[in-house]
Amino acid sequence: MPAPAQRRIIFQHIDEPGYTNDIGCYVRNGGYEVLKKAVGRKPEELIDEVKKSGLRGRGGAGFPCGVKWGLVDRKSGKPIYLIVNADESEPGTFKDRYIMHQDPHQLIEGTMISCFANNVKQAYIYIRGEMPHGARILEKAIAEARAANFVGPNILGTGYSCEIFVHRGAGAYICGEETGLIESLEGKRANPRIKPPYFPAVLGLYQCPTIVNNVETLCHVKYIAEHGGEAYSKIGTPGNTGTRIFCVSGHVQRPGYYEFPAGTITMGQLLNEVCGGPLPGRTFKAVIPGGSSAKILRFGERFKGKRKVGAEMLDYDWGVEDVPMDFDSLGMIGTMGGSGGVIVMDDTVNMVEALANINAFYSHESCGQCTPCREGSLWMKKISSRMVHGLARPEDAALLKSVADQIPGRTICAFGEACSWPTQSFIAKFGDEFKQYSETKKTAKPEGAHELV
Amino acid sequence: MIAPAKPDLVTVNIDGKEIAVPKGTNVIEAARLVNVDVPHYCYHPKLSIVGNCRMCLIEMGMPAVDPSTKAAIMDPATGKQKINWIPRPQIGCGTNVSPGLHVKTLSPMVKDAREGVMEFLLINHPLDCPICDQAGECKLQEQATGYGRGYSRFIEQKNVKPKRTQLGPRVTLDDERCILCSRCIRFSKEIVKDDVLGFVDRGSYSTLTCYPGKKLENNYSLNTVDICPVGALTSSDFRFKMRVWFLKQTNAIDTESSVGANTVVWSREGVIYRITPRRNDDVNDTWLADSARVLFKAVKASDRLTAIKINGTDGALDVAVNAAAELFKSNSAPGAIAVVGSGRSSVEEQFLTRKLADALKASTQLVSRVGQGDQLLISADRNPNVRGALVTGLITALPFGELTGLGAQIDAGKVKVIVAINEDLAAAGLTSAQLTKVSVVYLGSHFNASSAAAKVVLPTLSPFEKSGTFVNQQFRIQKFFKAVPGPVGATDDLMVLAKLVTAAAGLTLPAEINALWKVIAAEVPALGTMAFANLPETGLLLDATPFAALPFAEGETLHYKPAQPAVAAATA
Amino acid sequence: MNLKPETLSKIDEVITHYPTKRSAMLPLLHLIQEDIGYLPEDTSEWIAAKLDLQPINVLEVITFYPMFRQKPIGRRHVKVCRTLSCALLGGYKTCAAFEKEFHTHLGEVSPDGEVTVDFVECLASCGTAPVVMIDDELHEKVDVAKAKQLSDQIRAEAKQR
Ligand SMILES: Cc1cc2nc3c(=O)[nH]c(=O)nc-3n(C[C@H](O)[C@H](O)[C@H](O)COP(=O)(O)O)c2cc1C
Ligand code: SF4
Ligand code: SF4
Ligand code: FES
Ligand code: FES
Repeated sequence: MPAPAQRRIIFQHIDEPGYTNDIGCYVRNGGYEVLKKAVGRKPEELIDEVKKSGLRGRGGAGFPCGVKWGLVDRKSGKPIYLIVNADESEPGTFKDRYIMHQDPHQLIEGTMISCFANNVKQAYIYIRGEMPHGARILEKAIAEARAANFVGPNILGTGYSCEIFVHRGAGAYICGEETGLIESLEGKRANPRIKPPYFPAVLGLYQCPTIVNNVETLCHVKYIAEHGGEAYSKIGTPGNTGTRIFCVSGHVQRPGYYEFPAGTITMGQLLNEVCGGPLPGRTFKAVIPGGSSAKILRFGERFKGKRKVGAEMLDYDWGVEDVPMDFDSLGMIGTMGGSGGVIVMDDTVNMVEALANINAFYSHESCGQCTPCREGSLWMKKISSRMVHGLARPEDAALLKSVADQIPGRTICAFGEACSWPTQSFIAKFGDEFKQYSETKKTAKPEGAHELV
Repeated sequence: MIAPAKPDLVTVNIDGKEIAVPKGTNVIEAARLVNVDVPHYCYHPKLSIVGNCRMCLIEMGMPAVDPSTKAAIMDPATGKQKINWIPRPQIGCGTNVSPGLHVKTLSPMVKDAREGVMEFLLINHPLDCPICDQAGECKLQEQATGYGRGYSRFIEQKNVKPKRTQLGPRVTLDDERCILCSRCIRFSKEIVKDDVLGFVDRGSYSTLTCYPGKKLENNYSLNTVDICPVGALTSSDFRFKMRVWFLKQTNAIDTESSVGANTVVWSREGVIYRITPRRNDDVNDTWLADSARVLFKAVKASDRLTAIKINGTDGALDVAVNAAAELFKSNSAPGAIAVVGSGRSSVEEQFLTRKLADALKASTQLVSRVGQGDQLLISADRNPNVRGALVTGLITALPFGELTGLGAQIDAGKVKVIVAINEDLAAAGLTSAQLTKVSVVYLGSHFNASSAAAKVVLPTLSPFEKSGTFVNQQFRIQKFFKAVPGPVGATDDLMVLAKLVTAAAGLTLPAEINALWKVIAAEVPALGTMAFANLPETGLLLDATPFAALPFAEGETLHYKPAQPAVAAATA
Repeated sequence: MNLKPETLSKIDEVITHYPTKRSAMLPLLHLIQEDIGYLPEDTSEWIAAKLDLQPINVLEVITFYPMFRQKPIGRRHVKVCRTLSCALLGGYKTCAAFEKEFHTHLGEVSPDGEVTVDFVECLASCGTAPVVMIDDELHEKVDVAKAKQLSDQIRAEAKQR
């Protein structure tokens, strides 16, 4: 089956010739019309539209946005904050970057609509420190929007006021985790908080109710406010509504970002047709479908089971290429859609070395608060890099797996899962390669193979 | 029938045992109530909860109900309500009880989680237990025997961190032993408000540090050593001196001020090695000032009095008591004798002091000792037991300033004899000229100007060498016990006082504390229902209302708020 | 601490963005580092005084975030992405090329004082791997040849100074 056509609702103007990131260009293209209408509606109506839309968060966990907004404590009498999670740090993910650099007003409009819907008077955009231009572009865009009365006091004469400030991170991946982000925004080490009791919806920023949403999620909200939750929910598939942006990197002919109605494209269509297939003379070996923490898939493995299609339960029997790229299907086969970062590895890649690269990332980024993640992530890194640079033992595969098994479900934040899933899945899918590594590492590397660690 | 739980109690089930616990209790504390130990490192009952060590993981479940009807779902196998167990372990420290909560602390899931955490804590730990002076008190060592793998699968290089850093005058840090539980940081920030400790760097390389250029030198620094669950923070003084398991523990009370922090005195063969806090949630929680921990050094001081003296020559106790009796007899005019009692004496000593003063028709006074309070465990009144003197009727007004009134009476030739108990009259404001005009009978443990000038010197014991009670600023009567024997030549204060009372009044009073308490209970209404042996270890509140109008010196401290001044209360 | 007047006024402005002063921690650290090039030793005390904190609160933060540095670096900062997508397309070679071009090692100031080459983690531009940030500029698809070209450019710019 040929791949469906891209449908760019969020990335509509990304890379469009002549499209600039100033407010003039945005307004010429119909910008801020949705906000103008939205501030004339009842906030609850907007929340209802988002609930109806079925929108799931694009930051990684895929949590329904309407449900998240419904959990906000609105009776506390405390101010409600909204934080835009623009920390984009999950390896393999590069979508928010383009929104902020090329179409910042789309984010600001989506943010203001979300703030209005939730009676938020102060929003912060937490942008990762390594995007200094992005921060400047957003600051300029906010200033433009303020000058046009879309942000700031008495927005469009409605009596509703709301400020947005840009807050820069400083190179710590854990600031993407929402409670780590909140600590960081409070001027502290980004140590994630224990939940309970610190659910952001109740005890978030400054111990006030707080909404944390990903950049892309808020752009979807703008689309939903414009077209209605009903209409949005018809894009994609039930349970996986709207579009998904896939960020494809690694060993394909045409890496990049591609936006499709959710659930309408399979892994095979995405990699072979949209991205042009493997590099010349190579074959696909493995793919990580949702940011580097997602469990890896091995080309050639098969997934069997039953799934719900409409009201029916149908059998499925998929190879990696057949898997629809939506949250639920990827979840069913034991991995996740996550942030949409698809990392492709071909037959030149040695899996021990690839894992060593990933383990170096997670051990470097663990905040170090809780024991299993702090010690486990570094131990896994030490084992895997020893295997590459020193002695590799056949028993290291089992050791790595056993260390990884002692982490997830026992930590303060989901980084525990993020840092252990790669090891668990690499060993599960490529265990033989780990056991034989002491031998294979003596042989010549395939042509075109790169040093990974 | 089981009585319904009180409204503020919730019933939970821990390892099959049902128990009603107060709302807001966490699982670790609830388990403690049924004698189930949930191992933990970062949790401390008096500090904020951070949940970082993950040692306290438990399995938890709630009774199943039908989501729509809320009706209980029964388990046909047991006939009881079904329990929905959460598939992942939860932290006991951060989980508060809720009605019907079920907890397993020994399930395979819990055991596996604990083993995992223990292994992780040990991989970068130096395992130098034989030379670590936390040995015997180390929570890591304790759990390692229960949950450690017993062999190490870790063949990588351990992290290298600073060893033996002097954090301040009293505390030494070994970063390689630190398990990053942050207790010491939270204590410094939350309790002492002296934020000098923190973690630098990140992940497994996180390192506990005192801000360069600052020192951990506040008067509570040693509490960090107490609460450090491992041997990372150690007392620079106690390092490598004595293995704790050799030491005897005796309950005592800090005598530095009227707070009356509860303590434990650690000794062996008559030598005290250290003093640590004893938990009292109404007085000092689990804390103790550093200054309270060195008080025992006075026990072995070179200025201890160990020889009974009569007019400068050594003598036996009875000879000295007779000499004092002679002085009393030849000055029998009312007011010719003055008794200077002490707010540092025990309730029992103060009672006998009053008896003595009554018999001698002597005036009584206490020496005032007022300083700055630190708002935590040292109050403005540096006498531990002024309120004891009020309760026993030794005094009726609070001591104030120096003993100038007494001085004037000496100068006027009215007062001829002073019985000074544990107080140096010179330090209390009498001039040396005044001291030469009177005959002093001195009871005390240490040498000073008064003992030097005294006609009769009766060496007595330090607080570590005797038992008794103090009444603290809250009017809480608290017991302390003899930890070590007194030096040869010193006599128990109660014995000396009882003998003096006999000599002065022909009245025999018991010098043994339990027997003496029978007399006290009969004569002091406020203590009427009590007996020394029955007083709880954490003390008992006395009725303070008879003294409510007195202008006590104390300001606010940890568990004490002074009574509102009347004016403020009226305007509030 | 010797800060430019415009840095000081930016500092005072940014503090107003937050209901609690402490939130201005990262903005202040960025502003000081941009002004001075690194965070000198007295930074912690200066910020602590400014934000009503204790110096340890600042030091804890400085050492947590990799972008903050407590030592001066070369005039240009070359940050090569180390993470998987870039490594899969030769990121390690790119990094080695920069090290060789400037006769330096990771994390050190090159002998000519011109650059410090560092490995950093994923820069969220994995689709154009390998990527390199030189100061604030992102450079995409930096293979060894492009690394040489960028190095030449850095040296040329240095000559013009
Ligand atoms: C370790 C970790 C890293 C994360 N990094 C990011 C990130 O870079 N960007 C992001 O939007 N969400 C990230 N998240 C997810 C956030 O915690 C949070 O779920 C998200 O911002 C919610 O927004 P959404 O509901 O719109 O997706 C991360 C989560 C974890 C556990
Ligand atoms: S899981 Fe890792 S990142 Fe999350 S709080 Fe624990 S140590 Fe920090
Ligand atoms: S020194 Fe002790 S108390 Fe402080 S963090 Fe380390 S282990 Fe915990
Ligand atoms: S005691 Fe440390 S997590 Fe509970
Ligand atoms: S891996 Fe290099 S930019 Fe993401």
